[in-house]
Amino acid sequence: MTTQINTIQALNWALDDALAADPNVVLFGEEMADPEGGGIMKVSAGLSTKYGGRVRSTPISEMGFTGAAVGAAIVGIRPVIEIMLMNFVAVCMDQITNHAAKLRFMSGGQTHVPLVIRTMTGSGFQTGGQHADFLEAWFCHTPGIKVVMPSNPADAYGLLRSAIDDEDPVIFVEHLASYWSLGAAPERGKSIPLGKASVVRSGKDATLIGYSRSMLDIPVVAAKLAGEGIDCEIIDLRTVSPLDMDTVLTSVKKTGRAVIVHEAVKSFGVGAEVSARIHEALFRELKAPVQRVASKDSPVPFAKQLEAAFLYSHADIEKAVRDTLR
Amino acid sequence: MSEKSSQPSSKVLVDIYRKMVQIRQNDERFISMMKAGKMVMPYYSARGQEAIPAAISVQLSDDDYLVTIYRGIHDMIAKGVPPRLIWAELAGRSTGACKGKGGPMHITHPKSGCMVTTGVVGAGMPIGCGLALASQLRGDQRVTVTNFGDGASNIGAFHESLNLASVWKLPVIFVCQNNRYAEHTAFSKGTSIERVADRAKSYSMPGVTIDGNDPIAVYEAAKTAIERARGGSGPTLIEALTFRFNGHLIGDAGEYIPKAEYQAALEADPYPRFRQWLLDNRHSTAADLEALEGKVKSDVDDAVKFAFDSPLTDAAEIGIDVYADTSA
Repeated sequence: MTTQINTIQALNWALDDALAADPNVVLFGEEMADPEGGGIMKVSAGLSTKYGGRVRSTPISEMGFTGAAVGAAIVGIRPVIEIMLMNFVAVCMDQITNHAAKLRFMSGGQTHVPLVIRTMTGSGFQTGGQHADFLEAWFCHTPGIKVVMPSNPADAYGLLRSAIDDEDPVIFVEHLASYWSLGAAPERGKSIPLGKASVVRSGKDATLIGYSRSMLDIPVVAAKLAGEGIDCEIIDLRTVSPLDMDTVLTSVKKTGRAVIVHEAVKSFGVGAEVSARIHEALFRELKAPVQRVASKDSPVPFAKQLEAAFLYSHADIEKAVRDTLR
Repeated sequence: MSEKSSQPSSKVLVDIYRKMVQIRQNDERFISMMKAGKMVMPYYSARGQEAIPAAISVQLSDDDYLVTIYRGIHDMIAKGVPPRLIWAELAGRSTGACKGKGGPMHITHPKSGCMVTTGVVGAGMPIGCGLALASQLRGDQRVTVTNFGDGASNIGAFHESLNLASVWKLPVIFVCQNNRYAEHTAFSKGTSIERVADRAKSYSMPGVTIDGNDPIAVYEAAKTAIERARGGSGPTLIEALTFRFNGHLIGDAGEYIPKAEYQAALEADPYPRFRQWLLDNRHSTAADLEALEGKVKSDVDDAVKFAFDSPLTDAAEIGIDVYADTSA
């Protein structure tokens, strides 16, 4: 049996290996150094002890330290910063979308920003409206930024290594519920390329597309449907921007049906983009309209029952698949 | 301006004056070309603020980093960004510093240390901290100068940056070019404190207010701050009091500036004052200064010709330099 680790361990390995491989890699963010706890989720535990001043805790100043990461990156430092929760990107969006994303273009290619912003989010923990949003669409809508959203420990390791080696700014979104879920241990030192989706189950009847949290749910529904003879193909996008449409279109061409599932709210989301691109490319080959399954268009609520009603359910995914088969 | 034993040599003083002449002559030509309809751009003239970057940059090398803002072409010229590249950029030419993709608010020229120019008030200061962090991590002795206006001292980025720079003892110098107006709002109407430099106290760093129209005062304050930064003692906040004569941007008639205030500012114009002072104190001669001014004029002529003789940037550039794999 292969070794199983959780995502926290995988991310810690990726950071450790990146720090060891390149002296320009530097980590900073709130509470990342060991005296402050090694990160709120312990993702950076042990690293400041091992690498000294290259792993730093910052003041609670997301705009200040994100901008500092941009400045350091343009002169060859490779900062990996941590924005504790994805909602807090709202206080440093200027540095991300006006600066990190655009400096390569606005400078005519004279500078660029090899920066990784790690952040985490996810509903299900009753953290309410400002601690649980999936905001990836904000960044996908900004040319110049890449958006990476792993769903399991091995992908988290390999994608983070690639993100740190990448010459463009990358938003790396970790999902709270999957931090402790176990998966096959990654091969240390082995990167997974950005912009490449993974076909995690092959099937012929419908293509289920997800990333991050929804990859915990899609296989459960697919297994149930398989019991009824409905054979689903499952694609984990892994990188949300740039989208690997080759893999998606190859699959949908085969199945003629597609369902995209994400935890982010539905309107104007990644699902809308994927759906639009499938329709643009394969309109005449589709057997049914592409379905989207997502959270309700609402702020994330606090109360347990409201939070459950906000998020899609397995039944929603199942219904969407059945709708494409009618 | 007064003679002091510590003041710079005549050569340095004339170098400062040369930068001021370059700034002024380029500025005047930008405006005349815009008025003639030959250039269209949002242009934020720094006419009146010449002494500040001239007296700072004369003490920096190309290796030192500069961060500036939309009103920043004076900072760039003083730091050594070639006027040819600036003119071609503003004219939208492929030979421009940024191939015409940045424009007046976003000129970058790493060879002269001009790393980032931002169009967002206050946003340059966190980036300046990052450049200084890189220098600190590498121990390369570079200094970062990050410029901003009085209005930017009221935005969060200023406070986060000063705090971070102080906590990490970063080799960065915050230069507030206080020209008395944040867009159309007078300094006193939008700022809770009489002197921006006093805000340095909150961040445990030296804060000095100087006459930004006096090149020697600027030179001395910058010298102290540069030595402190290079020596590893951390950041300094310099507030240089000045004025901008051409409003927030070209086209702004400046109705919000009282006439008496404007007149008094004109009388303190650093440009003619410093020229006369150089002559009175025998740091140069009228003939030498006229020759210097003539040389700058021919350099401006050359830069304008270079720009307008260059090809317009091709539309295909839109898709280039968005990501690494779209780079030319």
